[in-house]
Amino acid sequence: MDKLFDVELTLKLLELPFVVTALVVAAVLGLLAGVLGPLIVSRNMAFSVHGTAELALTGGAAALLLGWDIGNGALAGAIVAALVLGLLSRRSSDYDSVIGVVLAFGLGLGVLMLWLYKGRSSNKFGLLTGQIVGQDFASVALLSGCAIVVLGLLAALYRPLLFASVDPEVAKARGIPVTGLAVVFAVMVGAATALGVRTVGSLLVLALMVTPAAAACRVTASPLKATLLAVLFAEISAVGGIVLSLAPGTPVSAFVTAISFLIYLVCWVVSRTRRTSTAPA
Amino acid sequence: MTEARGGTPAVSLSGARLSYGDRTLWDGLDLDVQPGEFVAVLGPNGSGKTSLMRVLLGQQKLSAGTVRVAGAAPGRGNRHIGYIPQQRALDPTVAVRGRDLVGLGYDGHRWGLGIGGMRERRQRVDAALAAVGATAYADRPVGLLSGGEQQRLRVAQALVGDPEVLLCDEPLLSLDLAHQRAVSTLIDARRRDAGSAVLFVTHEINPVLPLVDRVLYLVDGRFRIGPPEQVMTSETLSELYGTEIAVVRVRGQIHIVGAHSDLCEDGAHHTEQLAER
Repeated sequence: MDKLFDVELTLKLLELPFVVTALVVAAVLGLLAGVLGPLIVSRNMAFSVHGTAELALTGGAAALLLGWDIGNGALAGAIVAALVLGLLSRRSSDYDSVIGVVLAFGLGLGVLMLWLYKGRSSNKFGLLTGQIVGQDFASVALLSGCAIVVLGLLAALYRPLLFASVDPEVAKARGIPVTGLAVVFAVMVGAATALGVRTVGSLLVLALMVTPAAAACRVTASPLKATLLAVLFAEISAVGGIVLSLAPGTPVSAFVTAISFLIYLVCWVVSRTRRTSTAPA
Repeated sequence: MTEARGGTPAVSLSGARLSYGDRTLWDGLDLDVQPGEFVAVLGPNGSGKTSLMRVLLGQQKLSAGTVRVAGAAPGRGNRHIGYIPQQRALDPTVAVRGRDLVGLGYDGHRWGLGIGGMRERRQRVDAALAAVGATAYADRPVGLLSGGEQQRLRVAQALVGDPEVLLCDEPLLSLDLAHQRAVSTLIDARRRDAGSAVLFVTHEINPVLPLVDRVLYLVDGRFRIGPPEQVMTSETLSELYGTEIAVVRVRGQIHIVGAHSDLCEDGAHHTEQLAER
């Protein structure tokens, strides 16, 4: 336990190349999660992100079993899940239950495949709770490639996407392809989620995709400021979580979730006090 | 402005029929709405008022006949249409301010980030906010605003795109009298100043009665089109409803007696208005 905040050891570990790689990966991930997060929050998609992450785990487990690259497997699983969930109308009453059904089945399948897998058990644990040290050049390249595609798409689609997310009825009346955008956005989220699964693990991907944005939306109503704050919060959580986990050697996700939850609590308190102080007497 | 757009009607339906399966909502509907004209669309629930809006927005295909909106096939000219929906509480957790909602009405349909046009966007949005008197709360989260305030923003959002056609789907529903008057006055000013054609779906004609040029009254597949003094009579409505209806005019307001309850969806409304006098 005394290793928990060993500054000297942390500084020494920070010089290692694989740690630097891990930090780069975390920074790219934080950027992706931060820019997508506010849209995820305004579309009420937190549960669907969770479902997508679980199915990324299934894809990763399948890849592990078949001897393929785990990252590609997770990406494939998440994108299939995102397409399925994106095609469902988020207004439909059975949206949440369908996610629950698909998620449970996918997770069950994933558990079966992990049990069938006879290789190193740390590979299995890594899928659940993240494994930052295993990032090789291929995964960094995959991550950066996906990040560039997602950011480019987001820049091109931002205004119609925001319109469709916050005000779908009027957006549809103005001729915006609301359903098509929902599918494209779900795939973008799926790609980002799959990349998050590799770092923080499928169980805790919400900590990066949803919590920073939810915190930002507590303290500002400006879409631009919410996006900037969400990026900042996600970067602090992702990079900070890795740095703090170095010395004690704990799974990264423990610190990532702790930091993002702390940020959320602070933002929640700020929004409460602000609302009470500005409320009309 | 009316001159420039004049000549061709802003909305044109001819021989239009809409049916679902063997149920026909309306048939043989011919309606030309001129620029600057205010047409109220009335009728009980399920008479196809909202379906008419959906046809004009290109979200619903006609079963027969033709329709043109703002000089184009429906669904093609949506950028020239301003749409004001029913007041429905916006989710308080959605992180947008009033000015963002209006800004989306200005350029929310465009691709890209739009960094180049920021200055003009800001000026146009500010002007639209000022025109509806929403400047004071433009920077507050929309979810925390009252229904009347949200609906003023809806008007600004619809007008900021400089529409040729304004489609309003029960925009006054659940607003108090003061806000009803404010919102309908804003819509009226727009069609007078800029010549936008207005199609105004409502179940309650009184708040807009002084503004209405013509009424389209739909009942059970039958309809009448004409000025309110011709359509809103005991004779015409009795014929449309196929039952005895009395239309009573009290102090410039129209009250309909004798139709079954869905003629006016919120019965308390009438009593409230009468009680105030």
